[in-house]
Amino acid sequence: MLHTVNKSSFERNSLQSCLNTIDDSSVILLIEDGVISAAKNTKSPMLADLAAQGRVFALQGDVEARGISSKVADNIKLVDYAGFVDLVVEHGTAVSWL
Amino acid sequence: MKISIQINEGPYQHQASDTAYQFAKAAIAKGHEIFRVFFYHDGVDNASRFTIPPQDDRNVVNQWAELDIKNADGEPELVVCVAAALRRGMLDEGEASKNGIDGNNIHPAFRISGLGQLIEAGIQSDRLVVFGD
Amino acid sequence: MATKKFMYLNRKAPYGTVYALESLEVVLIAAAFEQDVSLAFIDDGVYQIVEGQNPEGIGMKNFSKTYHALGDYDIKQLFVSAESLEERGLSIDDLMPLVWEDEDEDWAEKPSIQVVSNAELTKLMSDQDVCLSF
Repeated sequence: MLHTVNKSSFERNSLQSCLNTIDDSSVILLIEDGVISAAKNTKSPMLADLAAQGRVFALQGDVEARGISSKVADNIKLVDYAGFVDLVVEHGTAVSWL
Repeated sequence: MKISIQINEGPYQHQASDTAYQFAKAAIAKGHEIFRVFFYHDGVDNASRFTIPPQDDRNVVNQWAELDIKNADGEPELVVCVAAALRRGMLDEGEASKNGIDGNNIHPAFRISGLGQLIEAGIQSDRLVVFGD
Repeated sequence: MATKKFMYLNRKAPYGTVYALESLEVVLIAAAFEQDVSLAFIDDGVYQIVEGQNPEGIGMKNFSKTYHALGDYDIKQLFVSAESLEERGLSIDDLMPLVWEDEDEDWAEKPSIQVVSNAELTKLMSDQDVCLSF
């Protein structure tokens, strides 16, 4: 499955709720304000384990828009909208944590 | 692949419609079919033909219209939920005359229909992706 | 028509926003399509099915009664996150006693609500073809 999270973990619990119910084969794509959770050195390193497994992606346009390109954790992969489409195609059912 | 989209938020207030649009555009460019875009909740406001953004900003409504998503019968597959639309003052010609209202505001690239269209999109499509708040 | 597994993911409290009400409207329509429908109530979504809602004082319609009709529409899989209930100091006793009637057992009333752990929810979600979020 592909889980999309569009809220900063500083604002809402969407990311935590997603992490509570994600299975071992699913991936997370951070979009919109969700990319704020992709920054390294935050006090909220919820994604570290999944990112280490290469299962966390962030939408590049949203990262750049928010001026945090240089702060994205090294093991979080950036994708463009075409990459978003590929993730949807490859990972089956999409779950949006709104 | 057949992909459908559900949009829960209106234009400008929230990024959902912009993200969905960029996603749909990329999917089409990659050769996928956007089977249907279903506008629900405040998402129905994306269909207002009266939208006038400042000249230096994107026109979210026209962007959708320009994607020109239609089915084999030539009907728009930018579908606005009728119940959500009526509640929010979004009317096409038919609903306006049925309800005795002297105007309508649904852009011709969109059509009003029932919630069944969302379920049908889920059944008919390989993927359904939801964008919202 | 092919049967798919549809899950409706509800994470927001009722009344403050319209998501709960309009999600319920989708579910009622969905019943006519004879798909395999389940509802998940996670986070503040659990408040959608709390017993004793009275929105009279805020001038809104009490749509919580409509959840009682779900059983008649053959929608009988309502999964509620145990962790979300516990975090909010709630238990299943605080929820509406929603039931469905089993025609194979002389229309015996059976509970529609199942309180499930995050681990069980994970499995249930992995099984879905379509997940609609509101």
